[in-house]
Amino acid sequence: MRNAMIIDAKDNVAVAIEAIAKGDTVTYTCGGEDVSLTALEDITIYHKLATRDIAKGEPVVKYGEHIGIASSDIKAGEHVHVHNVEGHRENLEAKE
Amino acid sequence: MTFYGYKRPDGRVGVRNKVLILPASVCASDTTRIIAQQVVGSVTFNNQQGCSQVASDQQLTMDVMAGYAANPNIYGTVVVSLGCENCQMDLVVKAIQERTNKPLKQVIIQEVGGTLKAVDIAVRYAKEMVAEASLLQKEEFPISELIVGTECGGSDPTSGLAANPVIGEMCDRIVAGGGTAILSETTEFIGAEHILARRAATPEVHDRIFEIVHRYEAALRLVGEEVREGNPSPGNKAGGITTLEEKSLGCIHKGGHSPVNAVYDYGKQVESKQGLVIMDTPGNDPSSVAAMVAGGAQVVVFSSGRGSPTGNPIAPVIKITGNKLTFAKMEDNIDFNAAPLIYGEKTLEELGDDLLNMVVETACGKQTKAESLGFTEMAIARVCNYV
Repeated sequence: MRNAMIIDAKDNVAVAIEAIAKGDTVTYTCGGEDVSLTALEDITIYHKLATRDIAKGEPVVKYGEHIGIASSDIKAGEHVHVHNVEGHRENLEAKE
Repeated sequence: MTFYGYKRPDGRVGVRNKVLILPASVCASDTTRIIAQQVVGSVTFNNQQGCSQVASDQQLTMDVMAGYAANPNIYGTVVVSLGCENCQMDLVVKAIQERTNKPLKQVIIQEVGGTLKAVDIAVRYAKEMVAEASLLQKEEFPISELIVGTECGGSDPTSGLAANPVIGEMCDRIVAGGGTAILSETTEFIGAEHILARRAATPEVHDRIFEIVHRYEAALRLVGEEVREGNPSPGNKAGGITTLEEKSLGCIHKGGHSPVNAVYDYGKQVESKQGLVIMDTPGNDPSSVAAMVAGGAQVVVFSSGRGSPTGNPIAPVIKITGNKLTFAKMEDNIDFNAAPLIYGEKTLEELGDDLLNMVVETACGKQTKAESLGFTEMAIARVCNYV
């Protein structure tokens, strides 16, 4: 059953669209195909989990854009939120 | 597509037909409350400003006051001032008359002999205006006459996944129909401003989008504060929004996919038939909604993942959520459920059509939940402390 979703193929986090318990199979659709992984923690509905390992200092990507920087190593299936992500102001005008 | 509205003498079209009892300052606000209580068909609000403000701060207040009086949902206005405030009656009247030629009356409390005499005079002016307004018949107009304001508040991740994209689809349809949609909340462009700038219709608009974001951040830094303090809010975080950038990337979906044709300063008059435009407003909901209504928005569409009750004295505010739990829990406050998009039960196109229909029904007179509850809270943005 699909219980999570990603917004952009570049995303490294998925959003739980149902409450997910530790050990549950998480399934989301990417490019028309179902992708599954195992939740390493309970994930509250509409919160995020990592879809792949994210090293400390790497950008966290949702909507295909950077939403912050991992403040610790995050494993695929772990809850991604304020405890392991920091906001980071980028100079987006210079990046254009 | 068409709606039934009220033609005003300045050529604009309203979707409500109210008389505004306008307090020129905080010192007139209790008096206007008493007046509005006596006149069915009138509205007022609690103006916390209007005096002891530096010039740039006072300008924001003046723009909201003049814009409220000029909003086409208003038939006419009775301005009530204390008499000694910075927002002097002649300044307020001039600002209103620069925007509209609709009926206008004035009462200065200190000149007419105190609160009770001011109430007596203003109530009689307002009752006469309501009687005139009640004779107006609705006429059919194309949706190109609509200016729709968009807002998000009490956001959670479903706002970016469903509610805001559905608002964006509705805006695309308003723009395709020749109308105007306003994207607001500059603090919630932070981290997503490059995406909006790419959609700017001209190099000037591109530069203005970066400018209003940088200006806002710099203004907060001037007083030693950081925009991230308090944003995302505790409720945003409990819902699952982690950073301001994540909130912003969800927020900007409200504008849909049209080119951004203009950037307006806070509360300035928005021209009709403009397509998608941006207004520079705070993320704070009541003050952002107030600015768009002052700009001429007749209807506001407002997404909320957590469930916000916010209304407005002048424009109907349609509430939409993408959170199925919030819709079930707060149906008394929420008008539209966008959650079916997340669960694949409806397409974005279907929900965009449904929301456009709700906007048109609301324009035709259907009460929103916030209207039926009598919610009229509002605020005016501030530059700095009182002087």
